[in-house]
Amino acid sequence: MSKRLPQRASEWLKRDKPISFYFEGQKYQAYEGDTISSALWAAGETVLGRSFKYHRPRGVLSLANHDVNVMLADGTDTNMRGDVLPVQDGMQLTVVNTDGGVKNDKKRFIDAISSILPVGFYYKAFHTPRSLFPFWENIIRKSAGLGVVNFNYPRELKRKLHTHCDLLIIGAGPTGLTAALMAAPHGVNIIVVDENAQAGGSLSYDLGGSDESAKRLADLLAELAKYPNVTLRTGAYAAGYYTDHLIPIVETTGITKVRAKAVIVASGAFEQPPVFRNNDLPGVMLATAAQRLLARYATKPCESAVVFAANKQGYRAAMDLLDAGVTVKAIVDLRAEGEPCSLVDAIKSRGVAIYNGACVYEVLPAANKFGVKGAVICSYDEASAKPLLHDRFTLACDGIIMSAGWAPAAALLYQAGTGMRYEKSAEQFVPAKLPAGMFAAGKVNGIFDLAQRLQDGARAASEALTYLGKQVPSVTVDREYIASPSHPYPMVEHPKGKNFVDFDEDISIKDFVHAAQEGFDNIELMKRFTTVGMGPSQGKHSNMNAIRILARIRQLPVERIGTTTARPFFHPTPIGHLAGRGLHPHRLTTLHGWHEAHDAEFTDVGVWKRPAWYRRAGLEKQQAIYEEALAVRKAAGMIDVGTLGKLEVRGPDAAEFLERFYTGSFKTQKIGRTRYALLLDEAGVMVDDGIACRIAEDYFYITASTTNAAAVYREMQRWLQIWQLDVGLVNVTGAYGGINLAGPAARGILSRLTLRPLDDASLPFGAVCDTEIAGVPARLIRVGFVSDLAFEMHVPAGSAQHVWNALLENGAAEGLRPFGTDTQRLLRLEMGNHLIGQDTDGLTQPFEAGSEGAIQFEKPFFIGQRSLQIIARKPLNKRLVPFTLSEGYQGETINECNLVIGADGNIKGRVTSIAFSPTVGRFIGFAYVDPANVAEGAAFNIRTDSGSLVMARVAATPFVQLQSEA
Amino acid sequence: MKLLTCPVNGTRPLSEFVFGGEIRNMPDPAQASDSAWAAYVYNRTGAPGLKKEWWYHSPSGTWFVAERNTLTDQVARTYLYGQEDKA
Repeated sequence: MSKRLPQRASEWLKRDKPISFYFEGQKYQAYEGDTISSALWAAGETVLGRSFKYHRPRGVLSLANHDVNVMLADGTDTNMRGDVLPVQDGMQLTVVNTDGGVKNDKKRFIDAISSILPVGFYYKAFHTPRSLFPFWENIIRKSAGLGVVNFNYPRELKRKLHTHCDLLIIGAGPTGLTAALMAAPHGVNIIVVDENAQAGGSLSYDLGGSDESAKRLADLLAELAKYPNVTLRTGAYAAGYYTDHLIPIVETTGITKVRAKAVIVASGAFEQPPVFRNNDLPGVMLATAAQRLLARYATKPCESAVVFAANKQGYRAAMDLLDAGVTVKAIVDLRAEGEPCSLVDAIKSRGVAIYNGACVYEVLPAANKFGVKGAVICSYDEASAKPLLHDRFTLACDGIIMSAGWAPAAALLYQAGTGMRYEKSAEQFVPAKLPAGMFAAGKVNGIFDLAQRLQDGARAASEALTYLGKQVPSVTVDREYIASPSHPYPMVEHPKGKNFVDFDEDISIKDFVHAAQEGFDNIELMKRFTTVGMGPSQGKHSNMNAIRILARIRQLPVERIGTTTARPFFHPTPIGHLAGRGLHPHRLTTLHGWHEAHDAEFTDVGVWKRPAWYRRAGLEKQQAIYEEALAVRKAAGMIDVGTLGKLEVRGPDAAEFLERFYTGSFKTQKIGRTRYALLLDEAGVMVDDGIACRIAEDYFYITASTTNAAAVYREMQRWLQIWQLDVGLVNVTGAYGGINLAGPAARGILSRLTLRPLDDASLPFGAVCDTEIAGVPARLIRVGFVSDLAFEMHVPAGSAQHVWNALLENGAAEGLRPFGTDTQRLLRLEMGNHLIGQDTDGLTQPFEAGSEGAIQFEKPFFIGQRSLQIIARKPLNKRLVPFTLSEGYQGETINECNLVIGADGNIKGRVTSIAFSPTVGRFIGFAYVDPANVAEGAAFNIRTDSGSLVMARVAATPFVQLQSEA
Repeated sequence: MKLLTCPVNGTRPLSEFVFGGEIRNMPDPAQASDSAWAAYVYNRTGAPGLKKEWWYHSPSGTWFVAERNTLTDQVARTYLYGQEDKA
């Protein structure tokens, strides 16, 4: 039977655009502008979904995005909320969480056995025997959850936008619109957002039997449209609050991140259901839901209604019902003194009986619980919160319209750190202490009278403008409550229960009593034990009642119970809105194009992309790396080291600065020589190492490791500020390219490209000079990291390719090959050089790593010195040693982090590096071992992944024969 | 995301900044006892309140001091090291 009314002035329907859709296989007619729920309700359907736990039939509850029992799937999406989702032509909808369809759900039997499934039963029932738990787990996992995820979900790209404004107003109801209108003439940039499809808030549905609301809304919108500095966005919800007023606004097309200078929260309040037996049946709905159906969707909630009220809203809804031709059988008012407002007489004059101090004791279900057949009404004692059954009687009706109170939509206020207090005159939590730049107005501020809400909007606008530095007069609000908008305890006990508090999770009054008996009588514990507020609506319609019930159980005032935290997001937000491209910047050297063209396999090193090795036809990775390494040992190889940190330290105090910053001594360093530079932190932990080149008396050129370059430079800057030395720092990492040429043929190849003599006497190990290579100005350093005969060339980044090509060309005859970082790691290991970060960790100090030689203890000061003095007096726990496995070792692979096990069976250390060296013909590596067992040739055991022990022996370094000895 | 005001570059999003820890005065290494030095290196007061912290504006390489209330996460003021009186 159709419940659709003739066209109404307030409706959102486009009567000229009829559409059709399918629900559970059956075809329905609707209009554009309908939501799925409104279209089905208008068509006479009452069972729109099933509850989560008991599979009870459910219909319309709020029509405000909390009807989480009406969740639908359309073949692509799931858990779509029927109460707010616009219906579209041709939709094919099914209800989630049913077994055999919404009307014949086979799981409805659970409702009948609900008494043996009390809240929390699964915490206890399935613990023992443990062997059966997998069986129960399987069942629980299948029944926990609503829609089924579609793994073939189409790839949809949702844009992300950023915008800024002076004033963001959340909520386009009368309060928010008034605030916008007050602020608009002051030249501030304003964004108003509202989650509803159209602006207006309560003005769009709370008519109260008059056309005043509609007129006021039209006036407000017409006025606001005159201001180009005001943007009104509907169908857009503020999803959360992040620091410094960053608020994501979610629309179907994507997210807009709004950075506001000030925010007015005029988000209104969620209507809270009174609690009585069968308050969940289809046909029982909140007053505002009935009003929304009537005003926005021209649909009657029912034909014959009983209004269960504890505030003015119920009376306003009754007027709207009467105006739409619905029979109102009675208004049952929980309050002994009844409603003081003038609507009472108007309603009485239309023949409606009003029962004060009475309650709906229970709702009588129609067949299959598909609807309402009648209501049992009796007196109610507010003091004891008990129904008085002596005078009970039954009224036949097909709908119960309920209105007992509100909870502020204060999620964003909580997230912003607002302190809330309980306002007794409104029986509601209201903001007590707002963070700077945040303002709250209207129902969320505990103000419900329309005229007062408009004042409050103006008041908030005035305060926000003042905050923004505008000169505006202050506004005061006449804040007096004639009757509280919320009832302090709208609960009706019933021995048979089914008086629901939380419709998401089917939690009724007895569940709270059980939870408290079990000791879960703190709101946070009770929430987790009962799962109240943990369903898809996140407690929007249930938390306030839960707090009231707990307060009564514990005999405490409501404000002593407190509230739980409402975290982002305000509504469930599709993952597709949140997902995005990973925008990780990375750096490339000027040789990157060459590496790509020559089949480099790249690896991430810090922010850089570096070649790990170069692919060769017919060679596996390991073979390719061995070939690159052998080229360095037998002929020559070269690697792009342009990623190394390169820092210039200049000024009269340059040497003094380095002496304090690094562990070594630099004042005595000769011009044209390099020194090892080891950096510790204040705890004496090894942080980084590099090379300090003295170019002039007051000019050092420092290298730092690729990954740590930025951090080393940063620390240099910080200490320089503290020490106030006469030094200038320049990070020239990107300005210079770097090439390391290594191997026995390196000198010969390089000598053909420079006039600089390269023999050991002219350019000994540790020398640095500025010269020309291949016609390019270059800084040439004799280094020994991967081979004892190696030259590092630093040239202007733009010339690196030229020098690289010249070297390749000149070295072709000798067999010069490029090598990557994987090969470099093997080569340095062969040379016996440990690597900070690989062979050390965040606690390693120099005594453990065997780096004492790099430390100049006699200096007056260096970072970490004082800590090392303390550490030096303590016994050493472990020491890093080079080791080899036996020749021809074929056993189980030993991995980094395999443990070193002592004779006593205890852990003594671990392997930090291990690799097979084709040059040595053995596995070689570094490991931490017992410091008493570090002599060359000493044996120790490494435990493999499988647990077996493999013997290794401490070795001498370098593992390979040096070129100078060859 | 939080906004932070670099004394040189103005108000920028937090992603451009690196936290450098609380500013603590180093005791004289020559005078401090082992335990006093260890306390300086390892101990931090977790009590919330107004603290002076090192912050680094990464794109421009600017270290500065922020006086931040670690309870409310509000930054009272920022200034370059040693220029507290000019802030």
